[in-house]
Amino acid sequence: MASFWEYANPLKFMRTTERVLPFITFAAVVCFVGGLIWGFFFTPDDYRQGSTVKIFYIHVPSAMMAINIWVMMLVTSLIWIVRRHHVSALAARAAAPIGAVMTLVALITGAIWGQPMWGTWWAWDPRLTSFLILFLFYLGYMALWAAIDDDDTAADLTAVLCLVGSVFALLSRYAVNFWNQGLHQAASLSLDKEENVADVFWYPALVCIAGFVLLFVALVIIRTNTEIRARRMRALMARERQA
Amino acid sequence: MSALLIRDLRLAMRAGGGFGLGLSFFLIVVVLIPFGVGPETALLSKIAPGVLWVAALLACLLSLDRIFALDFEDGSLDLLATSPLPLEGVAAVKALAHWLTTGLPLVLAAPVLGLLMSLPMAGFGPIVLSLLLGTPALSVIGAFGAALTVGIKRGGLLLSLLVLPLYVPTLIFGAEVARRGAEGQDYMTPLLMLAGISAAALALLPFASAAVLRVNLR
Repeated sequence: MASFWEYANPLKFMRTTERVLPFITFAAVVCFVGGLIWGFFFTPDDYRQGSTVKIFYIHVPSAMMAINIWVMMLVTSLIWIVRRHHVSALAARAAAPIGAVMTLVALITGAIWGQPMWGTWWAWDPRLTSFLILFLFYLGYMALWAAIDDDDTAADLTAVLCLVGSVFALLSRYAVNFWNQGLHQAASLSLDKEENVADVFWYPALVCIAGFVLLFVALVIIRTNTEIRARRMRALMARERQA
Repeated sequence: MSALLIRDLRLAMRAGGGFGLGLSFFLIVVVLIPFGVGPETALLSKIAPGVLWVAALLACLLSLDRIFALDFEDGSLDLLATSPLPLEGVAAVKALAHWLTTGLPLVLAAPVLGLLMSLPMAGFGPIVLSLLLGTPALSVIGAFGAALTVGIKRGGLLLSLLVLPLYVPTLIFGAEVARRGAEGQDYMTPLLMLAGISAAALALLPFASAAVLRVNLR
């Protein structure tokens, strides 16, 4: 029985991921193109919001990914702290910039959507504010990775920062809720509700979400493998200098 | 532990540039605000609680990198790490020393600066109370940030980038206490939340700081 932890071996990880990468990339492209075309051209306009509602197909998936990528980084950081698998730490590092971009995309599409709907690009609404704070957390995390030369030290420190940061990010979320009541509507998609948005919008949105998830997986694989190769190259060069 | 505390306090007082600097910074930020927004009393008294809190937070930030950096450079941190005192205790004592030399003076200076900002009479109690309860959290969180960046040359800017997002909940509840107090509302709920954040940070963060210090010292 093959264990999940076999993939802690960089070689095994790279071999397997590179075999599945083309399929994931292809599926991501299909979902993206399909979902966005479906959402943009084959769904009715909202009766109040008109066609501006269609930015939903980018806004909601990117916002979901922004949070979930942080959770993924939290999990991989924990795995690094507990089991010391380098691939895990590298995956966390690889995911951070993608998460930051997703947060930025969610913020920007939100501003573009908010302008016609709320009449303002930005409001200090709890959801908007907590996303901005999340973005700052991503920035700090990436800056710490970039600032430290030694790989293992950097992995350790950023992992602890990710743990502490998660607690404070969660705390900020509730503090911000307390601080200001907002404009933003409640969550549009959740698993514990009977009814989400109407089915005509729901199915293309699901396809778009799948597209975003697949895109993220593909990017993380590429970035992690690049990082593994870069490390191997550095090791080879160091060995050459010694010889 | 008390010996370490006394040593840190002495160092902070005698070595120039540490002790009064945060306080002067607090003063100058508060003095600059009216130049920026205009001298209207009504406006100033409305924004006074928030300005005092943000200025106190920035003043706290200013002296964070001194918590561990000097001891790291001259090797006394290695000595402390090998001493019988647990590193968690060292981290906690260092944060306490930082609070005594930076946080506490800010708390004491806040009423005077509140006068400058024409803070309403009802706001003086809450601002002192909220700073008294909130600045320990700022020091402990800051000590964690300082421990993270201790090995980095010129880590000051990075330190602020790491620490400021962590300050958000403390600032929100602290400023909320001060604002509600100044407007004469009930401020018990945010006060309790602020105290809770401080208590939790005091209890848990020294462990994180110590873990990070061990990584940086190996």
